[in-house]
Amino acid sequence: MKLQLLGVNHKTAPVEVRERLAVPEWRLEEATRKLLQHPGVVECVVFSTCNRVEFAVASDTGADLHGFIRDYLLTDVSTLREHLYEHNGDDVVRHVFRVAASLDSMIVGEPQILGQVKQSYAIGKAIGSVHANLDALLSRAFSVAKRVRTETAIGSSVVSVASVAVELARKIFGNLQGRSVYVVGAGKMSELAARHLRSHGAGTIFVSNRTHESALKMAERVGGTAIHFDQLYRTADQADIVITSTGAPHAIFRREHGEMFMHRRKNRPMFFIDIAVPRDVDARMSQVEGIFVYDIDDLQQVVEANVSDRGREAERAEKLVEEEVARFKRRMQSLDAVPTIVALQQRLEQIRQSEVDRLRGRLGKLSPEQESAIENLTRSIVNKILHVPITTLKGFSGSDQLASTAELLRSIFGIENDASQWNGASGVTNEEASKRLHQRQEQSLAIHSDENEVAEPKPGSRH
Amino acid sequence: MLYALVALLRRREILSRTTLPIAGVAVTLHFVALAEAFRAGGMAGNPLHQSESLLAFLMMLLFIGVFYLYRTTSPGIVVLPIAFLLSLSAALAQGAPPVISPLLRSGWIYTHIILILIGYSALFFSFIASVLYLLHERSLKRKDLNGIAGKLPALETIDNIGYRLLLIGFPFMTIGLIAGSVIAQMQYGASYFQDPKIILSLLMWGVYTVMLYTRWNSGWRGRRAALLSAFAFAAALSVWAANYFSGVHRFVSR
Repeated sequence: MKLQLLGVNHKTAPVEVRERLAVPEWRLEEATRKLLQHPGVVECVVFSTCNRVEFAVASDTGADLHGFIRDYLLTDVSTLREHLYEHNGDDVVRHVFRVAASLDSMIVGEPQILGQVKQSYAIGKAIGSVHANLDALLSRAFSVAKRVRTETAIGSSVVSVASVAVELARKIFGNLQGRSVYVVGAGKMSELAARHLRSHGAGTIFVSNRTHESALKMAERVGGTAIHFDQLYRTADQADIVITSTGAPHAIFRREHGEMFMHRRKNRPMFFIDIAVPRDVDARMSQVEGIFVYDIDDLQQVVEANVSDRGREAERAEKLVEEEVARFKRRMQSLDAVPTIVALQQRLEQIRQSEVDRLRGRLGKLSPEQESAIENLTRSIVNKILHVPITTLKGFSGSDQLASTAELLRSIFGIENDASQWNGASGVTNEEASKRLHQRQEQSLAIHSDENEVAEPKPGSRH
Repeated sequence: MLYALVALLRRREILSRTTLPIAGVAVTLHFVALAEAFRAGGMAGNPLHQSESLLAFLMMLLFIGVFYLYRTTSPGIVVLPIAFLLSLSAALAQGAPPVISPLLRSGWIYTHIILILIGYSALFFSFIASVLYLLHERSLKRKDLNGIAGKLPALETIDNIGYRLLLIGFPFMTIGLIAGSVIAQMQYGASYFQDPKIILSLLMWGVYTVMLYTRWNSGWRGRRAALLSAFAFAAALSVWAANYFSGVHRFVSR
């Protein structure tokens, strides 16, 4: 099975080009169907986001994806050529892993892309364009994305903002042990930041929200204490770190509040992390001595500035992807049905040939009609015998059952078990073998075009 | 004397900053040198330079102590050159010892000198800490994390170092001053109060006390604390310099 991918992304194409190729969400299913009907395509999936349009297919002998773009999008491919990138085989695996893990995104680590890939996958599953190979590839891509997210700090921009918050808090307080955190506005991002601070040793967590209910819920989730919103100014000075993320149109904390807090805190420093837009902490607040205010832009800037850190994380993530690509490759090889199918066909063809030769020796000279009748008859028998084993093997293609089934068939038909042996002996590479298989199928289709059941249906069109 | 060696070692420290072991060796050698000098004839030699040397020694001890407690060598940027200059000055001035006042032979005076010098070192250290605090605070407010803030220990840690040293230094300074007063009282009677050195000392002690009080009572830190400690430090410097004007504190008989 051959994997191919053709596409454009934010790195290779300006937005004008991406627009021309973009497949809107409501047309994604239609585009996937059309691609599935394109000659040679066995499995396919279409990714389309504001930053990328990609067509990935699995085929037996390769498919003309440029042709598809021309036919489907009615666009002149020649003007696109410089923007398009094309991947084959392992590069497709690597690319899909990187895309799903958000390493190929404009904002590396942004979590949206995974959802978009999952959506494309769901559509492919629903219309049957994603099964054996692409299913294995995409399922693996999702777990790779998860690994990258959990094992490296690049995981998501939200996490990196949270980790910058931790880093800054450390610069101010040194040890976070026993520091108290006040979350104002029960948002997802502030919750993450609070969790992150806690995991680095922060002690008490207070949560306050305009609707007290959400505060209660979040307090329960993070193991903190909910405080009524009207108590905010009376209690905020107890916190060393204040995370604000309310939807308030005006600043909640102003300079005079800061001065009041500092007085009550005997000037112990206080750190405001303001992730709300518009901001919850007035800009003049940072004029108060001992108060440090970082808004979302400041945090982002620090994230960007941490080039070495980010580089290191990205490096780790890339290494992880590379590891997964190698693993996937090994797995796919063990799951490839083609070598066994070719071996089966060779074995039976060999038997057929020798039997036909023996028959000729006994019958003497035959008329061309008789010759062709014998040829047709024997081929037909061979194909009929092989039909069920081959469809079974193909059905298992990409699944764990394949290995045991293939082994069983090999031993039944007396085929050498070592796949590399027949590969090496006949000098057939996997790709050639696959090509040969395809030719044979076409032969058998041509000969038995009247017998529907013998014709090998393309797996993709079975549904 | 071993001073030259110490001075040399010190210089290397400044160049390569991360040479804590060298600092350890230097301090040990310095201690040996001090002990030798002591055995050779009490505080023989120029007392001013002797005390310079002692001060350098004490500062280095504090520096190493701070490192063991807080794992930071940041104060070294300031402490190492100063210690170097002090011991260099002491080493170069080994020549002709002036006539020594018999006063210096008494045990009281050693107590006085050592206590006061410990107080000085602590005060100086906490001054350095508050300057570092200011620098760090400023870079944090400017959101410039790759500059000085990236290298310094956390703000609260610096603050802690400064405050602890103030606390440690205060009793030494106080007792040292009392010891000094007792000696002076015995020697000169009530008139010693008019001596500039004594007045400045009391002033310095006053500032020190105010500093501790504001810190303890309203948690002053940052700019105000730095100003106060700069003031206290200036007072301490002038006290030191006042040796040249003081009749009482000259240690040299007229």
